[in-house]
Amino acid sequence: MNDFASRIIQGATGDWEMVIGLEVHAQVISNAKLFSGAATAFGAEPNSQVSLVDAAMPGMLPVINEKCVEQAVRTGLGLKARINTFSVFDRKNYFYPDLPQGYQISQYLQPVVGEGIITIDLPDGESREIGITRLHLEQDAGKSLHDQDPNSTYIDLNRSGVALMEIVSEPDMRSPEEAGAYLRKLRTILRYLGTCDGNMEEGSMRADVNVSVRRPGEEFGTRCEIKNVNSIRFVQQAIVYEAQRQVDILEEGGSIDQETRLFDANTGVTRSMRSKEEAHDYRYFPDPDLLPLTFTQEWVDSLMDTLPELPDAKKQRFIDDLGLPAYDAGVLVAEKETADFYEQVAEGRDAKIAANWVMGEFFSALNASSGDITQPPVSAGNLGGLIDLITDGTISGRIAKQVFEAMVESGKDAGTIVEEKGLKQVSDTGAIEAQVDEILAANGDKVEEYRGGKDKLFGFFVGQVMKATQGKANPKVVNEILRKKLDG
Amino acid sequence: MSLDKATVAHVAKLARIRVEESDLEPMAAELNNIMTWIEQLNEVDTDGVQPMTSVVESVLRQRSDDITDGGYADKVTQNAPASEASYFVVPKVVE
Repeated sequence: MNDFASRIIQGATGDWEMVIGLEVHAQVISNAKLFSGAATAFGAEPNSQVSLVDAAMPGMLPVINEKCVEQAVRTGLGLKARINTFSVFDRKNYFYPDLPQGYQISQYLQPVVGEGIITIDLPDGESREIGITRLHLEQDAGKSLHDQDPNSTYIDLNRSGVALMEIVSEPDMRSPEEAGAYLRKLRTILRYLGTCDGNMEEGSMRADVNVSVRRPGEEFGTRCEIKNVNSIRFVQQAIVYEAQRQVDILEEGGSIDQETRLFDANTGVTRSMRSKEEAHDYRYFPDPDLLPLTFTQEWVDSLMDTLPELPDAKKQRFIDDLGLPAYDAGVLVAEKETADFYEQVAEGRDAKIAANWVMGEFFSALNASSGDITQPPVSAGNLGGLIDLITDGTISGRIAKQVFEAMVESGKDAGTIVEEKGLKQVSDTGAIEAQVDEILAANGDKVEEYRGGKDKLFGFFVGQVMKATQGKANPKVVNEILRKKLDG
Repeated sequence: MSLDKATVAHVAKLARIRVEESDLEPMAAELNNIMTWIEQLNEVDTDGVQPMTSVVESVLRQRSDDITDGGYADKVTQNAPASEASYFVVPKVVE
């Protein structure tokens, strides 16, 4: 097991510090592509969502999709970033079969979004701010399939021209754990905003990882870029491997070549991608087919009003207004749907009890079922109803777990199950007292021991009464009566 | 600024244009002529002048987010030297 939290690599010649920056490509949620009217949906028949613009037929001209601009600006606002009301599209020139134009339309010197900030939450409860350098809009490339035929590569251009946001961080991260926290937080923000679905398996969010090492406090070392890593765990593994590789080279007196590397998830190793080296000469120039992208500050302000409550603000509200511990609040806001579900359950009820139920029994049941909170094993309303029965004393907390299981199985509400199974808590003092008397009479020896100073036996008596009542006796009342009878 | 033979060869390679060895020297001379001509522009004082982004006084036209195109894989692959099951087929490129 790698220690992702470690910021320092102990080498033979002393300590080394990791320096990490991330470039994330996030596919924009839109119906149509960035510069054409073809559809963007994932998984369609090959080349069925390709316009003549996306296929780069001669004479075709790009026309920008206003929705993609809006999504980029909204993302920028969510990252508390500077929005540039004037930005420019450039051509980034390189040759690859899945890039029919021979250039990618991107933004180089004047991106649509400038410096921003992401606050990451670390497992020890600490928070750190990671700088965002920029966010720009660009076209995605098509897809190459290498496994269809031994001698040729198959190209599907459905993804060609789909809008991407490239989000570049400052080299502010110092451990694989921080890189993971950054990616998780960025994904959460994108999902809250509805600007990218953050699905790394389907490739709608991909990361390029820049790694270098240095002696703590000294100048940055030479970095290597690990391309296209497609899961958070792989990003962390790639950093661990790559940083160690660089330390080994430096300690043997070598130097690091700035280069592009690939991470092999099967072996956990990064390797040089030499063929792409020359391609770094991208010869950017402003795209003559496109005028600069301009919009007004008033429009930006109007988008600001459409932003949902973002995870940091929601977490703070859960802590301040609902009195939840920071840990609980953090878990509940990680996905917007989870936060919405929780708020429905907690509405008008004890926030902490609601949090315990959602994060405890409910999450277990959810994981055991679809894992998709939009199809919960128990609805928010029904879970709330169960909590009401606990709060008003109809059932005990222990019985509630039993009721919850029955709810998952049958889909019925708590009240119906309690009624059908006769699980109502007995708070009737007379009935409980009779039960207590019976237990005490049957265990005369234990009563003597208890009175002789063996205090721990109190729990035994509570257990016996609960068992005799099938758990339905109100534990508070049982305790009171036992105290009175045993100690009084 | 002056281009040497090696730079011309490099630019040609990046552009995937084949230039015969014997043509590199003359081409460097030709390109240098063009560069010199362009460099005359540096003599113009452009302090305080906004860079011109277009010869027409116009703003970037935007489209609405509607699906209006696509659905013709046959047309898209029609000119391809090789295609199979609606894919383009190209020589193996694998990293």
